[in-house]
Amino acid sequence: MIGLSLLLGLSLSNKVMIGTAMLGGMAGVVGSFAVLRGRSLVGDMLAHAALPGIGLAFLIMGSRSMLGLSIGALASGLLAIATVTVIVRWTRTKEDAAIGIVLSTFFGFGVVLLSIVQKPEIGGNKAGLDSYLFGEPGNMLTGDLYVLAVVGTLVLLAVGLLFKEFKLVCFDTDFAQSQGWPTLQLDLLMMASLALVTIVGLPIVGVILMAAMIILPAATARFWTNRLHLMLLLAAAFGVAAGPLGTYLGRGLPAGASIVLTAASFFVLSVLFAPRRGVVAKIVSEYQLRRRISHEHLLRSLYELSESELPTIPRLPLLSIHEHRHWNSLEKLLNLEVEAGTIERSEQTVKLTPLGLRRATELTKAHRLWEMYLVQFAGIAPDHVDRDADDIEHLLPESLVLQLEQQLANEGRLPLLIPEVPLSLHDLGTEKPSRES
Amino acid sequence: MPATAFEVHDMTVAYHRRPVLWDIDFTLPEGKLVGIVGPNGAGKTTLIKAALGLVPLASGKVEIYGKSYAEQRHMVGYVPQRESVDWDFPVTVRDVVLMGTYGKLGWFRRPGRAEREVADRCLEQVGMTALANRQIRQLSGGQQQRVFLARALAQDAQVYFFDEPFSGVDAATEAAIVKLLQSLRASGKTVLLVHHDIQTVREYFDYVILLNMRLIACGPVDTTFTNENLQKTYGGRLTILDEAAEAMRQREPNR
Repeated sequence: MIGLSLLLGLSLSNKVMIGTAMLGGMAGVVGSFAVLRGRSLVGDMLAHAALPGIGLAFLIMGSRSMLGLSIGALASGLLAIATVTVIVRWTRTKEDAAIGIVLSTFFGFGVVLLSIVQKPEIGGNKAGLDSYLFGEPGNMLTGDLYVLAVVGTLVLLAVGLLFKEFKLVCFDTDFAQSQGWPTLQLDLLMMASLALVTIVGLPIVGVILMAAMIILPAATARFWTNRLHLMLLLAAAFGVAAGPLGTYLGRGLPAGASIVLTAASFFVLSVLFAPRRGVVAKIVSEYQLRRRISHEHLLRSLYELSESELPTIPRLPLLSIHEHRHWNSLEKLLNLEVEAGTIERSEQTVKLTPLGLRRATELTKAHRLWEMYLVQFAGIAPDHVDRDADDIEHLLPESLVLQLEQQLANEGRLPLLIPEVPLSLHDLGTEKPSRES
Repeated sequence: MPATAFEVHDMTVAYHRRPVLWDIDFTLPEGKLVGIVGPNGAGKTTLIKAALGLVPLASGKVEIYGKSYAEQRHMVGYVPQRESVDWDFPVTVRDVVLMGTYGKLGWFRRPGRAEREVADRCLEQVGMTALANRQIRQLSGGQQQRVFLARALAQDAQVYFFDEPFSGVDAATEAAIVKLLQSLRASGKTVLLVHHDIQTVREYFDYVILLNMRLIACGPVDTTFTNENLQKTYGGRLTILDEAAEAMRQREPNR
């Protein structure tokens, strides 16, 4: 909105860039609240239901000034919301069905009206009226930019001033009301901002795609942050980027659609690559966990096979390891352990190094403590316990294992089955027991 | 004679014209821990929500320290049921606790350093200091409950309403809540708490409200929490009240 007075002198492409960026930005902000509140579909309904209002407004005014058409759009959008409310309140129809019915009925009526308007016997400048269907930023007039700027300023002002109030109402309406906030009015204000932004966006991305403009930047932003204010900023940024970028990439193609597709590709990229919540990050952490689990299984198996001969560390035939439990890729696992310095191996044998023995002892201890705990306190049958212990112990924090040990020791239930021998008999340097994690 | 902290007078509450609480009438002195006990569907949560003005009263009135809720809401703290909010909401533990200070902050003002100090102190009281910057989704059930308690503490109220704070929490959290309740009582606060576990009523509370659509009894635990009253509260459904409620509902065709 900087240099608003310069807009008059702007070329068409600049106007389009600025207009779509402004729309994307405010759609991101109001969309965030709508998405968090579970109201994404309200935007969709408003947009579709706006169409008959646009047709009627044109019939009445005989021109396509954005302000006039927007008022018509808003009126029929609000009428649609009221209709849904009435249907849900007074009939047995559920909300999603009611939204579907009202949305498509209004939309159908709108399409009929537009086709009547297009007939030659109806006068007036109709150029660009059909842009309301699929959106056409190129038809934007300079006056439209002013409308966008005013709506954008109003929305930012409302969110800026009432950020705390909106956050509270979105998160916990009952609590907000118990503190005396007028939750209904605040909710209506959020809806009104959503409605305003939806309506002014209609000629740019069209009634069919406007909902995507509201939902996509917000849903994308949610992947990148756990803080509401950052989510709003990011959603605005994604929206601002999607507008001009989509227009630019989609030269020669329907602009509304390319803007929405650009926003959608931001979303897909976020689904895949966002830290922690993204698919890739989840696969990586799953893989790391699996690898750690097989590493722990291997060391524990080696300990169990060596146990009878300790404190001397025996050379174990490879075959015995194969027989001890099922392995998916033992060779690979063994190579990793050799690299880590926990085992020595020859062609057919494997031997724990002192370091390996130390770690294997820790792991076995944790496993057996957990087994004991499950049997004695959680009442799980001893023949089931190995598997249950396995499932959880890899995720146990070390502090908990220590606590468990302490507790079992206090109860006098800690039999001396865990040899602490390696500490005294092998040269382990100054390594601390907490080294393994 | 201690002041009257909370008074309900001839209160009836109805959802869609179906009455769920009939003619409730009781008075509570300040500085007591009060358990609200009754079977499922007895209207325990409704009693709290009606007291907080979250559901409209069909008749009667509610008073806090002798004045209406609207005038006294700054004296009231509220812990809703844990399931009532979306725990995936993008806020941190400290953000949620700060919400407790919003009521006193008023319109447009953002929480500043003073409010953050209040929030941190409240987090400390429930043993959650270390988790202040966590996103709330990463918390266990017990930790979520403690966040809600800390938020209520941040409201710095005189009368607290807790809706099932013990449901689905670990033993450590239960112990922490009990300790918190005792320290609230020690500083003269009144706490009304919806409670499910009859076993612990004697241990935790001074007063008890026995509820089953109507008020069965209200008074000190020693004299009120008797087998006879429990029998009345839990023994069988109150068929006549139920049928009357159903009849009133039937009069309106669409619900």
